[in-house]
Amino acid sequence: MEKLLFKDIDEPGLNTIDVYRRRGGYERLRKALAMPREAVLNELLASGLRGRGGAGFAMGKKVSFLPKGAMDVYLCCNADESEPGTFKDREIMQKNPHLLIEGIIIAAYAAGANKAFIYIRGEYVLQADILDAAIAEAYAAGFLGENILGSDHSLSLVVHRGAGAYICGEETALLDSLEGKRGNPRLKPPFPANQGLYQGPTLINNVETLSTVPFIIEMGGEEYAKLGVENSTGTKLVSISGHVKRPGNYEIELGMRSRDIIYGLAGGPPDGRKVKLWFPGGSSSPVLTGSDEDLDLPYDFDTMAKAGTMLGSGAIIVVDDSTSVVEVAYKTAYFYRHESCGKCTPCREGTNWTLKMLDRIRKGEATPMDLDIIASVCENIMGHCLCVLGDAMAMPVSSMVKKFRAEFEEEIERRRQEADLASAMPEPELPLIQGAVA
Amino acid sequence: MSNEVRRFSHGSRVPGWDDAVDLTKEPASVPDPATTPVPDELRAEIEAAMAKYPDRRSAALPALAAAQRHHGWCSPEAIEQVACVMRLTPAYLTAVATFYDMFDTQPVGRHRVYVCTNISCSLRGADELCERIEQAAAGDPDISVRHFECLGACDIAPMASVDGVYVGPIELDEVDELIDDIRNGRPPLPRKQLRLRPTADSLPLDGKDNG
Repeated sequence: MEKLLFKDIDEPGLNTIDVYRRRGGYERLRKALAMPREAVLNELLASGLRGRGGAGFAMGKKVSFLPKGAMDVYLCCNADESEPGTFKDREIMQKNPHLLIEGIIIAAYAAGANKAFIYIRGEYVLQADILDAAIAEAYAAGFLGENILGSDHSLSLVVHRGAGAYICGEETALLDSLEGKRGNPRLKPPFPANQGLYQGPTLINNVETLSTVPFIIEMGGEEYAKLGVENSTGTKLVSISGHVKRPGNYEIELGMRSRDIIYGLAGGPPDGRKVKLWFPGGSSSPVLTGSDEDLDLPYDFDTMAKAGTMLGSGAIIVVDDSTSVVEVAYKTAYFYRHESCGKCTPCREGTNWTLKMLDRIRKGEATPMDLDIIASVCENIMGHCLCVLGDAMAMPVSSMVKKFRAEFEEEIERRRQEADLASAMPEPELPLIQGAVA
Repeated sequence: MSNEVRRFSHGSRVPGWDDAVDLTKEPASVPDPATTPVPDELRAEIEAAMAKYPDRRSAALPALAAAQRHHGWCSPEAIEQVACVMRLTPAYLTAVATFYDMFDTQPVGRHRVYVCTNISCSLRGADELCERIEQAAAGDPDISVRHFECLGACDIAPMASVDGVYVGPIELDEVDELIDDIRNGRPPLPRKQLRLRPTADSLPLDGKDNG
């Protein structure tokens, strides 16, 4: 497969405009600006590109939802990338920032946006500095600012640094944070396409999605759609981490067999251990097991959805059989409890209680009934909040309880023994003896 | 077991706010520029940030970050200065500052060390690493170590962010060297810094394991 996003990614100086232009950079922008806006939008629609941030919504469709007319339209690039296990956008911003900038300018042209922001998480200091430098270069070269390359398209681009909050990767919380508020999600509708940043129409896309746009213009939407599989077109960056020999970012064509990613690219678990479970799309996705059936699934949006999970941000976290599933569930719940913004009760309280019950298991105070309560708490979180942060804890934790219930029960018994408590398993029912009732 | 009802430190039977509110004080209004001195450098930085956005309030995060760089933490004084330049109330900015993990509303050391203890890092021993780093830096008022949620560098797990510089994978026997580097103002573990690491995808597949 020919690489797109990761082509010569380690070439020295690729983050400077000179090297980037020598490799044909900003030529796609020239091509796009020579086309009418509608034609650019049609290419995006034809490409079938789905958002790479987690939700997988068709990008072209998102652009087409923006209202037409004379008003300020905003474009926000979501570079918050806080989903545990995800680190693909970091690689693009650090090594090829001009690709992202070119993608933003083209997408803004298609959307009719004249002000763009990159919301980058505050922890990415190096990447934000690189972006700042790259944007200054792009301004100096006339790719940003008024009347780009002599066209009627004008665009300003500002890097906005976050300050450490997972929730700000949620699109409406991101907008609030960008407006200088606490990052609380907003009620939807209205969706950001109608009322977003400063109440204006706003297009929000992930770094990887926007970085793909120049290739769609270069190849043509239909040609791009030939990559990958139906309904999951193109290439995807996957971040593989956890118990694998070669963790890191890999560019794959969607529809690749999961086993080939985990074992072929990342080398599988070290020391000949076996895959116990894996998160296919960041810590928010329901887990899959190490069974042949799960490992043979093609890695694309629809197959993952059919298997009861999601492709999410494309972050695969592999857990091998040396780790207790209780610890994984605890770490997952701990994260979401910490990051819940506190606005909606089901999420604020539900993540808290789930964590407490998982902690009871670790301390040897739990009974198997706690597992049922966890399942019911998770059920009561899902779909009951303004955003999906609570769901993002409920889905993986309840999937772990469901798929590894026997191990949870074993662990409960073992920890109870360690804590010198009596067994919590129900006694086998004694047969009733006739006439023995006192 | 005594029959006494267990109470939290603020005297109530239910947990409440960590810091009690002083109800005898008047609420603070937007600080008066005549009585609130703001260092010129900080003022220039905040004003430059405000000029970047259609709405000046958007500069709250960059402004607080600038104040934190200037004062070492988001002290009441720092927040008052930001409020004065941005024409906002200190309460509004305090609400913002307490929301985000990277703003310190309590005094901290000059060097911030964030150790990631999220799923991918903890699978590779981050909890023990975090403990070791905390032990090694214990008693040093200059270094603040805290565990942090996913820092977005699971490929170099277990890792830490030292004043914004990503380092990893950190072996347990490198902890002393890391703390030594921080104490002496040297770049932390230069050979392990993320910025020098090639993309996994561009390495040959038969190459040696990088994990």
